[in-house]
Amino acid sequence: MADENVDQDRRRFLTGVTTGVGAAGVAVAAVPFVASMTPSAKARAAGAPVLVDIGDLEPGKLLKIEWRGKPVWIIKRTQEMLDSLAIVKDELADPDSDRDQQPEYAQNATRSIEPGVLVLVGLCTHLGCSPLEKLKPGELDSDWQGGFFCPCHGSKFDLAGRVFKNVPAPTNLVVPPHRFLSDSRVEIGVDTTEEDLA
Amino acid sequence: MIAKFRNWIDERYPATKTWEEHVSKYYAPKNFNFWYFFGSLALLVLVLQIVTGIFLTMHYKPDTELAFDSVEHIMRDVSWGWLMRYLHSTGASLFFVVIYLHMFRGLLYGSHRKPRELLWIVGMVIYLTLMAEAFFGYLLPWGNMSYWGAQVIISLFAAIPYIGEGLAEWIRGDFVVSDATLTRFFAFHVILVPLVLLGLVFVHLVALHKVGSNNPDGIEIKADKKEDGTPKDGIPFHPYYTVKDLFGAGVFLFILFGITFITPELSGWFLERANFEPANALQTPPDIIPLWYLTPYYSILRAVTYPLFGVDAKLWGVFSMGFAIFLFFLLPWLDRSPVKSIRYRGWMFKTALTVFTVSFVLLGYLGTKNPQAIDLFLFTNLTWAQIFYFLYFAFFLLMPIYTRLDPVKPVPDRVTFK
Repeated sequence: MADENVDQDRRRFLTGVTTGVGAAGVAVAAVPFVASMTPSAKARAAGAPVLVDIGDLEPGKLLKIEWRGKPVWIIKRTQEMLDSLAIVKDELADPDSDRDQQPEYAQNATRSIEPGVLVLVGLCTHLGCSPLEKLKPGELDSDWQGGFFCPCHGSKFDLAGRVFKNVPAPTNLVVPPHRFLSDSRVEIGVDTTEEDLA
Repeated sequence: MIAKFRNWIDERYPATKTWEEHVSKYYAPKNFNFWYFFGSLALLVLVLQIVTGIFLTMHYKPDTELAFDSVEHIMRDVSWGWLMRYLHSTGASLFFVVIYLHMFRGLLYGSHRKPRELLWIVGMVIYLTLMAEAFFGYLLPWGNMSYWGAQVIISLFAAIPYIGEGLAEWIRGDFVVSDATLTRFFAFHVILVPLVLLGLVFVHLVALHKVGSNNPDGIEIKADKKEDGTPKDGIPFHPYYTVKDLFGAGVFLFILFGITFITPELSGWFLERANFEPANALQTPPDIIPLWYLTPYYSILRAVTYPLFGVDAKLWGVFSMGFAIFLFFLLPWLDRSPVKSIRYRGWMFKTALTVFTVSFVLLGYLGTKNPQAIDLFLFTNLTWAQIFYFLYFAFFLLMPIYTRLDPVKPVPDRVTFK
């Protein structure tokens, strides 16, 4: 072994470079594998709007439909239900809907286009369970004004989907994009434009 | 003839050497007690799960349209299919029973202490991997609890700031739990995680045989050796402990078959009722709870209901849950006591361990209950969970203090053995 002829610096440099290039190769090779787990083109394309007829929906009742695999609730609110929104206001975490959980056209006191018709994605903003309907006053406890209760972790929401203080859910329920085609027909998944409002 | 054949093998593969090193001449302390059954039992359940799992995959279909019905097909039409499925579901729960008792043994006798820190950490990684395996497997029957359980657990990742939503989508392979999710969970459950688990168990055993087993006295038997170099307080694993473990396996199988044949659902503890109806994306089951072995952490998750330092309660809850598990990894360094075994520790550690054990069990119990109801006494389940939340963390975080102050007893030179 002619060790004295070995250039150790050169050897160390070459080992370092080879390791570096190899590691970069592994990283690049991982890209297709990691990317193959992201939502497929088919999953991304799914999500067509859903047309719902609410002509038969009685006041005070809730209709559940599926949109993009998620439950969407349409609730016809009675005047009594709308009155409850003001009563609970002080107990809410975000009573004025300042946080971005609804389209602009639903950022108002009732979180809706028509005060009487509330449209919500029926998934708790905590960990995505579907809250239970506790629409009647007193259904949860004696002070309860009506709203939704998540059985998973105990979050509570009022009849506009606004979250109460001191529950695990951080934000109000999401209002999905939607528009009215007529008084009894709602399209979920399409935003209301100025033309619709006019 | 046989000796000749053995020689032929040994010249080409270290069969006899491996056998002697790890079994027939592996010296284990002679004072093992009841608590030392659970390591070998965990291996037994692992084999049970792999064997029953292989036969289940012959009939199961990982497709949202077919999955639920294929499980019913296994239960009704496949010969002995019900046995394979019930052994697999009962085995899953008993796996955690065995692992929890195995871990508790470590706490009792200080098996996590130097020089076994790495052994303990590998064991904790196995525990985490096992939770992942159970979680992935739980989606496969595509029952309603499967669906919503997966929805909740994946949403935990979505709570991570900035990358959370993208990460959750990447795990699901879709914007909601769907066919893409089911199919990949099947791949994880039957290939990825079992392979990782087997590798980790191998490393766990190699680490164990490097440092040697701890014992109920927490004494290093290697410190006191006979002239032939074997420990005075050690006996060969085979035949002494293979026979002892066979007895343990017998008792364990008695329990396994007892549950499997008589009450495989165990009143909803091993198989939840809500999972006997197919997944419904519009309707969360009224009482959604994970299976019992995850409920202590589930309780910790939902115990946090107040925002703090500008971070909302949801993220604190997820962080608390992760931290609760992470603290186990630090145990070898949090424990500052000069002795290992509970036999020679003072009242402080004994009290702390008792309080911790009660907290862990009751957090688990509360995790199966409605947070607003009152199932213990005086306070709501949520309030109790918040109390036990603090006791749980106090056990770990105060450990460097109370283990140092604890009045310990003198440790004998040799193990105590009747």
